[in-house]
Amino acid sequence: MTVRKIKLDEQTVLCQPDEPLLDSLLRENIEISHGCRQGACQSCMLRSLKGKPPAEAQHGLKEGLKRQNYFLACLCYPQQDMEIAYSHHRDYVTYATVKAKQMLNPEIMQLVIETDEGLDYYAGQFVNLKREDGLTRSYSIANHRMHGRQLSFHVRRLSGGQFSEWAHQELQVGDRLAVSEPQGLCYYQPGQPEQNLLLIGTGSGLAPLAGIISEALHDGHRGDIHLYHGSSDLNGLYWVEEMRSLQQRYANFHYTPCISRGEPNPDKARGRAHEVAFKDLTALKGWRVYLCGHPDMVAASKRQAFMAGASLSDIYADAFHVASSSVD
Amino acid sequence: MTESLYEQLGGEAAVNAAVDIFYRRVLNDYRINRFFDNVDMEEQAAKQKAFLTMAFGGPNNYTGADMRQAHAKLVKKGLDDSHFDAVMEHLSGTLEELNLPQDLIGQVAAIAESTREDVLGR
Repeated sequence: MTVRKIKLDEQTVLCQPDEPLLDSLLRENIEISHGCRQGACQSCMLRSLKGKPPAEAQHGLKEGLKRQNYFLACLCYPQQDMEIAYSHHRDYVTYATVKAKQMLNPEIMQLVIETDEGLDYYAGQFVNLKREDGLTRSYSIANHRMHGRQLSFHVRRLSGGQFSEWAHQELQVGDRLAVSEPQGLCYYQPGQPEQNLLLIGTGSGLAPLAGIISEALHDGHRGDIHLYHGSSDLNGLYWVEEMRSLQQRYANFHYTPCISRGEPNPDKARGRAHEVAFKDLTALKGWRVYLCGHPDMVAASKRQAFMAGASLSDIYADAFHVASSSVD
Repeated sequence: MTESLYEQLGGEAAVNAAVDIFYRRVLNDYRINRFFDNVDMEEQAAKQKAFLTMAFGGPNNYTGADMRQAHAKLVKKGLDDSHFDAVMEHLSGTLEELNLPQDLIGQVAAIAESTREDVLGR
C-alpha cells in the first residue's frame, strides 16, 4: 500500500494506507459533513471526478448516484490517486444556442436549445442555465435522450421571476446560454421493465415526467405507467392532447389531468393531482414513484407513497423551489 | 466462535428489510407521528437505519451525547416515556413481522431500551 494523492478543488491531501479518506480530509481541516463514519448516514458523500471510486465506498448508495461516481468518504480507502468534488461540478460544461420558443399555455413556454457539445444526461435530470451576467436557474430536461444536442425545457413565467420573465420576454432565438452538467436523480432507470410507475407532477413539473415517460416507452417499458398532472385551473394544464394521444398508442400508459379549483370540467379529474392519484392507487408495493413540482406536493406525496407501500429507495422526487431555484 | 447478535439477525440485509417496515409503522402511529412532520424522509430513514444497526448490535459509534443532542428538540416538544414505549412497540412488532426468533428480539429490545435516558434527556 502506498500513500495516495487526493485533489479537492485547489487542495491536495495525502491519504495514508489503511486510512479512510474522510479521516485524511478531516486531518487537514477540510470541512466535510459526516456522522456515523460507517456508511449508514451518507452525510459524507463526495464525488469522484476521474474514474470510478472503490466499489466498497459506494455501498448502499442509490444506483443513480453510483453511476455518477458518488461515494462515501468514510468507506473510501483510495486504491489510486483521486480527484474529488463536494457534490457536483460547479463548472459550466458547454454553451448552447436558443433554437425555438413556443408558448404551451398562458404561463409556460417551451424553450429549445442546441448545445455546442453533446451532453450525457438522463431524461428527468436538470441543468443550470446561466445568462451572460451570471443569473442562473435550474430547469428540468423535458425530452428523452434521443435528441442528441437538443434540449427542451418548460419555463413557467413567475411574476417577479428575474430569469423566467427575461426568458419569456427578451431571450431571442439565436441567443447564447451557458449550460451546466446535468444533475439530479429523478430520472428513468432502465432494467426493470415490468415495474409499475406512478408519476405525479404539478405545473411545469410535467417537463421531467414527460421526458421520463417518453424514455420509458421508447425503452419498451411493459409495466403500467400512470401519470397525474395537476394545476389549479384549466389554464395551467398543457400537453393534454399530446398525452391523450400517447395514451391511445400505448395500452400501458394512463393519463389523468387534474384541476383543483374553478369550474368542474367533464374530462378532467377534480382535485389535486396527488390526492386524485392516491385515491385511485392505494397499494404501491413494488412501484416506482416520480414526483415533480410544488415542494408541498412533493413532501406530502413522498409520505403517502411510502405509506401506500412504495419503498423509499423507489421514490424519486424533484421539488421545484422557486426561491432557491438557482442551485447554490 | 459464536456469531454476534448482528450476524445472527442477518446483518445489513436484515436492517434493510426492517427499516421500511419500522419507519412505516412509526409514521402510521398517531401517538408519535407528529414528531416526524417536516422531516426529510430520506435523511430520517438513514437515521433509522443507523439506529437499527446499533440496536441489532452492528457496527456503530453512537454515543449517549449524540442521542441527547438529536432528541433535545423533541423533548422540548413533549417527548416522554409514552412515546419511547410506542417506538419500542414498533421495534418489536417489526422484528416479529420479519419472523425473527424471540430471544434475539429480546436482545435488540434491550439494546434499544438502554438509550431511553439519553433519548429523553434525563
